Amino acid sequence: MTTSHAEPVHGGLPHEPEKATAEGRNKVLAFWLFLGGEAVLFGTLFATFLALRGQTNEGPTANELFHLPLVAAATFFLLVSSLTSVFAIQAMHRNHPAMLRNWLLVTVVLGLCFLGLEIYEFTQYVRHEQFGMTTSAFSSAFYTLVGFHGAHVAFGILWISLLIGQLGYKGLTVVTAPKIYVSAMYWHFIDVVWVFIFTVVYLLGKVG
Amino acid sequence: MDWITTVDHKKIAILYLWAGGLFFGIGGIEALLIRWQLIKPMNDFVDAQTFNELITMHGTTMIFLGVMPIIFALMNAVIPLQIGARDVAFPFLNALGFWTFLFGGLLLNLSWVMGGAPDAGWTSYTPLSTSAYSGTHGVDFYTIGLQIAGLGTLIGGINFLATVITMRAPGMSYMRMPMFAWTTFITSAIILFAFPAITVGLVLLTFDRILGANFFEPGAGGSPVLWQHIFWIFGHPEVYILILPAFGIISEVIPTFARKRLFGYSSMVFATILIAFLGFMVWAHHMFTTGLGPVANALFAVSTMLIAVPTGIKIFNWLFTLWGGSVRFTTPNLFASGFIPTFTMGGVTGVMLASAPADFQFHDTYFVVAHFHYVIVGGLVMGLFAGLHYWWPKMFGRMLNETLGKWTFWTFIIGFHLTFFVQHFLGLMGMQRRVFTYLPNQHFDTLNLVSTIGAGLMGVGTLIFLTNIIVTSRKPPDAADDPWEDGRTLEWSIPSPPPEYNFKQTPLVRGLDALWKEKMAGNKGMTPAEPVGSIHMPSATPLPFIMSVGIFIAGFGFMFSRDDFGGGFVSFLFNNYIVTGLGLLITFGSMLLRSLVDDHGWHIEPEELEGR
Repeated sequence: MTTSHAEPVHGGLPHEPEKATAEGRNKVLAFWLFLGGEAVLFGTLFATFLALRGQTNEGPTANELFHLPLVAAATFFLLVSSLTSVFAIQAMHRNHPAMLRNWLLVTVVLGLCFLGLEIYEFTQYVRHEQFGMTTSAFSSAFYTLVGFHGAHVAFGILWISLLIGQLGYKGLTVVTAPKIYVSAMYWHFIDVVWVFIFTVVYLLGKVG
Repeated sequence: MDWITTVDHKKIAILYLWAGGLFFGIGGIEALLIRWQLIKPMNDFVDAQTFNELITMHGTTMIFLGVMPIIFALMNAVIPLQIGARDVAFPFLNALGFWTFLFGGLLLNLSWVMGGAPDAGWTSYTPLSTSAYSGTHGVDFYTIGLQIAGLGTLIGGINFLATVITMRAPGMSYMRMPMFAWTTFITSAIILFAFPAITVGLVLLTFDRILGANFFEPGAGGSPVLWQHIFWIFGHPEVYILILPAFGIISEVIPTFARKRLFGYSSMVFATILIAFLGFMVWAHHMFTTGLGPVANALFAVSTMLIAVPTGIKIFNWLFTLWGGSVRFTTPNLFASGFIPTFTMGGVTGVMLASAPADFQFHDTYFVVAHFHYVIVGGLVMGLFAGLHYWWPKMFGRMLNETLGKWTFWTFIIGFHLTFFVQHFLGLMGMQRRVFTYLPNQHFDTLNLVSTIGAGLMGVGTLIFLTNIIVTSRKPPDAADDPWEDGRTLEWSIPSPPPEYNFKQTPLVRGLDALWKEKMAGNKGMTPAEPVGSIHMPSATPLPFIMSVGIFIAGFGFMFSRDDFGGGFVSFLFNNYIVTGLGLLITFGSMLLRSLVDDHGWHIEPEELEGR
């Protein structure tokens, strides 16, 4: 699959180090499959949310609750973090470990900004709007769908941070490259999921 | 210790077999207790609550902890061999999948001794399964135990998909793959797309019960029917996760003992894919009576009936394979041949149930019980017996005793039909499922007695099979490489049991039924695709076991996080999620360790290979 790119660039690392070994190729393939399963997971959560989003049980409605500027800022952070993770992979393909590390750091920081805004949003709802997990079917569905995504972001931040540590400790090799590549795939995936959450939960909540 | 740290697919297969067999035994005993309670009207052998727990645990145990692991046992034992691979794509994950299954299953079964088993039926329908109607921790054991076990299944599914896609020997194109490899491949794809749905369903139910969420609480806007949708969008594909591997086994056994190639191989492949696709399109036929409306009912009725077409193709292909073959009725082939009419009967009642208006009559009667036991026991369990007898010599190096095998077959199949055939009529006469007793003189008495006798006979058949295993294990290993002498696929080209590296040299595949092709060309074995060289092997590791223990502890902690233990230290540990945190720490710590310590495995050198 990578024969045309197999000749090493400077530094002795192949052009696409994540696909240089059979193990790396297997890892990338299996991760695509895993993301297929994740898509079903989020699809089910979205279906649940759509079924229950009008069931507010005399609690706050989506329209009363959501502040789009806050959500737009969170969206901005997450979308840009996807772009910076692309830069990271490009740096990896050009065999620049230092640049790779820096772009990964930027990605993690942007992810933290997103997560911070989400935690702020949730605490506001719970403290000032009396909108908790037990308020209504809508609230349960909201916290579960958005919270699941948030947990994925948190896991991604932890994962990429550890990979940055590993990169400093072991350097960029055909063993570490697939891990970094796969974590970038994961990061894009949760970004795509967020685009759907932004549309289905927030925009539709404001107008629908 | 060796068994705890192994990552060898053949040893994991044996672990799956013993663990699955153990749970199968537990589920079987539960079934016998159910039948004993129903042997006569107004019986008081068990009370209603215990009966509910028995039927719930029987269904859950059999499906998730009995037959699925035995399917995984056969897949692990056979698939790498059939496609000419030295192992699965991810040996570490393979071990992890087994241990999470085992600890999930243990957690679920601990419910019997820790304050009550789940009692809401294996489908755990809301609102029956909510805290209001199921006050013990039973359903928590169900949601969290299944969650952990389901993780293992999902890991296994992804692993087999990757294995089949990337690890095939040179020349093994998709259309030269043995049918069991094909059905494993498709089954794994169904697992990948069906299991995340039940993952979500179980999470929602857990949140309802432990965190006070309102997904299924109508009083707060939730919807009990939502649970049914989520359950069955997983649950119906699950039926095909169970039966497609059996189809694969039958498609291996029949050509071997008919000494003919499988009739209509490519139509079998496409029928398998079509069944998998349609399996996702039919979930709401379980919900005809919930009031979805005539349009939805009609669509789901038609899509359900459509599945009979590819299934019929398979049935006829097996018959045409037997037709004109020089058939040997060994034990595996008896089970395989017995499978065909038995499974067909289950399929026919399936088409009857698929008709929405008729389903309003059949719904929740013993007719439904009879139908799905014809499919799952008459189909899948017969397939598993065929597969176990067929591959036993390859897995353990010993031939099972043929006489005892035939006794197993006849007692089991006669017992099976006695048990379940009469249940069709019990259902048509109006006997409801899931009720713990019935009144006398409703024409239910005799048929229930017959059914219970049949269940006992099936138990006898299973005991004969166990005896066979014990008798066989006491004899010296006697199985040849190709013990049935007419083996067609790659697993029969290497010793029984295979060495840990499987193939000294990766074989070159030159057609469908690779070994048969070489035999017909007058060759002694497979042509190698590579010179003898150093073979890379993965290292054994206890980490999968430790990670699963961590998940087990975390699940336990979460389940009791809202309990009042009468104050004190235990309450402090559970109520502050310290136990949960500790479990997760063990799991994530093991993941970190796995990531930090590079394990390059080890090599078997050519001199060592020649020396053996």
